[in-house]
Amino acid sequence: MSIWSRHKIFETNSIILVLGVLFVISIGGLVEIVPLFYLKSTIEKAEGVRPYTPLELAGRNIYVREGCYNCHSQMIRPLRDEVERYGHYSLAAESMYDRPFQWGSKRTGPDLARVGNKYSDDWHRDHLKDPRAVVPGSIMPSYPWLEKNELDLSAIREDMKVQALLGVPYSEEMLKNAESDARIQAAADDPNSIDLAKRYPNAQSRNFDGNPQKVTEADALIAYLQMLGTQIDFKLYDNKANVR
Amino acid sequence: MTFGEAGSALALAALALLSIIVAAKAYTPEYAFHAYLFAAASVAAVFAIINRYYERPAALPPQTINGKPNYNMGPVKFATIASVIWGVAGFTIGLLIAAQLAFPWLNFDTSWFSFGRMRPLHTSAVIFAFGGNVLIASSFYVVQRTCRARLVGDIAPWFVVLGYNFFIVIAGTGYLLGITQGKEYAEPEWYADLFLTIVWVTYLLVYLGTVMRRKEPHIYVANWFYLGFILAIAVLHLGNNPAVPVSLFSPKSYILWSGVQDALVQWWYGHNAVGFLLTVPFLAIMYYFIPKRAERPVYSYRLSIVHFWSLVFMYIWAGPHHLHYTALPDWAQTLGMVFSVMLWMPSWGGMINGLMTLSGAWDKLRTDPVLRLMVVSIAFYGMATFEGPLMSVKAVNSLSHYTDWTIGHVHAGALGWVAYISFGTIYCLVPWLWNKKGLYSIKAVSWHFWISTLGIVLYISSMWVAGILQGLMWRAYTSLGFLEYSFIETVEAMHPFYIIRALGGALFVVGSLIMAWNIWKTITTAEAVEEEALPAQPVLVAAE
Repeated sequence: MSIWSRHKIFETNSIILVLGVLFVISIGGLVEIVPLFYLKSTIEKAEGVRPYTPLELAGRNIYVREGCYNCHSQMIRPLRDEVERYGHYSLAAESMYDRPFQWGSKRTGPDLARVGNKYSDDWHRDHLKDPRAVVPGSIMPSYPWLEKNELDLSAIREDMKVQALLGVPYSEEMLKNAESDARIQAAADDPNSIDLAKRYPNAQSRNFDGNPQKVTEADALIAYLQMLGTQIDFKLYDNKANVR
Repeated sequence: MTFGEAGSALALAALALLSIIVAAKAYTPEYAFHAYLFAAASVAAVFAIINRYYERPAALPPQTINGKPNYNMGPVKFATIASVIWGVAGFTIGLLIAAQLAFPWLNFDTSWFSFGRMRPLHTSAVIFAFGGNVLIASSFYVVQRTCRARLVGDIAPWFVVLGYNFFIVIAGTGYLLGITQGKEYAEPEWYADLFLTIVWVTYLLVYLGTVMRRKEPHIYVANWFYLGFILAIAVLHLGNNPAVPVSLFSPKSYILWSGVQDALVQWWYGHNAVGFLLTVPFLAIMYYFIPKRAERPVYSYRLSIVHFWSLVFMYIWAGPHHLHYTALPDWAQTLGMVFSVMLWMPSWGGMINGLMTLSGAWDKLRTDPVLRLMVVSIAFYGMATFEGPLMSVKAVNSLSHYTDWTIGHVHAGALGWVAYISFGTIYCLVPWLWNKKGLYSIKAVSWHFWISTLGIVLYISSMWVAGILQGLMWRAYTSLGFLEYSFIETVEAMHPFYIIRALGGALFVVGSLIMAWNIWKTITTAEAVEEEALPAQPVLVAAE
């Protein structure tokens, strides 16, 4: 009996064919994916990485909603030019609270993994409203609605509760103050921002969009952009050690 | 009333009720809009089922008529027409977003028109709406013909076709309204994903049930590939989308995996959406439609066995090549690269099996532009499956990743391979389904072919140049050791290539419009085949 005729069992029995396919397609995925939940390098915690503040989380959700990931990556590769252009290469720990991850796959615009504190809030506000006003050659769409739309914070606590359920260390206190924390962070010189900074170390609180009347989507998005890549103090790292 | 009719009517009525409750309590107006769409669609479906019950004869359609299988071609016809419409729509949106990159004022400063929302609309429209409908249509056609059996189920095949297209509507309108998971090619939110799961399981059951009902002892090779596709897509969909919704009344959900784990699960899914949606089932098409059109048997039966198992086994490993030099561990990147390079072999094995099927029939390429479309598609498949392994090599990828080279590569596969073999399939299917002697105009097919081919050449060559130029500019240094170009200079350098690309896209759209017109004329005016003249149905059986 030649080896080819042994294949008859798959050709004449649909259930065996189904089981065969399922078996064959399982191997690769299992070998590659399962270890990532156990390996030290992929589950290590880095000092300074904390969960998003409610305002940053709301901003991140706007980043996802507008599809920014279609043109901007958030993953700096350990290559000389990228490290010089954008900063220290990205660590796995820096996206440990990212649901979904936003590493991206295309740089129609520049990488944003370390865009935080690189530009002023005013620059971001003007840039989001009309990118060509500040960067003449830009091909980014304008997002004039962000500074007009009031930020919807009605469900932010529920959002954080779901994240807590999935393992993000949001405390009861954080959940309780979710909505007010978001408003405090978006206000200039709010005395309660000290409490906010206790809950979320290094959280930057100020009026991001320059409009004190209301908390807008631009406030949230700029707050998110301004914290990107700022959590780890890379002075403590040897940033040349792993450059390939 | 049959059990199926009563059961589906009740289930859909329950869905309508649930949708109305959700609509009333929805957190956002966008989600309420979707809930109303669900309610309207379910009510319409219940009405259609009841109406059909009163209209139809008491007995359900017989399995056979005069000893010949009584094929169920209604759902096939619907999906074929849907694929033409979605194709034209998807290509047109692609042209628009290509133009947006050249001329940003085309975003019109409106949220739902902006690139970030339109681009997922384009990818979903071409991959899932156009490609998906071609696959559902062709798989339901091929499984019936090669098994000589009527599709299993009465309502079920229609539920698959209509439910799938409804999912597309929900997904697409969702992106424009800002409802997205933010995972490439898996953007639909939790409720759309759940609905698709139900549709897909029904698809599997109908397909597998029909295979089990076959009159032939052997399962024809095309059905292995279709079955592999349906199963793998089910596994990938479930693996990549487990999410916890914020509430039943919120469109927002958070994915179970985070960060690096989410990244690899996503690209395990993403690359195998290419592998198991854009490759494996289109190879099924190759194994049925090319032998049929060329009137030659498949070149090698043994090669098809090796082709099937090696392709299915290896594709699943290739995902990490989307994450080279990222925070993913090195060993996983290397594993992904090695399997991607190896994948070249089964890909070309399949290409050879398809091309060599034309042995003795090469002259038909001169006279039959439909066959020409399909053969050229295999050539593009060969080209894209050589370029892919090349780009998965880490050294090459460090240059190509994040650039438009990737976009060019994807479109060599998507336009040259997937769309061309789909066009060939549609041109074959329409006269067969509507009992026409042939297409309304063969000359128009030729025009479609040449205009589109010119479009593809403009598209991929401009993206090669753009991508490589961009990659080189990013890493260029001056003699003093500084980065030579600011980022915006690299963006400005892309402008002429973005215009050429949009021009290529415009030609492709023109080609698809010619096809839509030709299909319309074929259905409405082409000469019908007389019943007696119908040839005995040749059945393709795997050679022993």
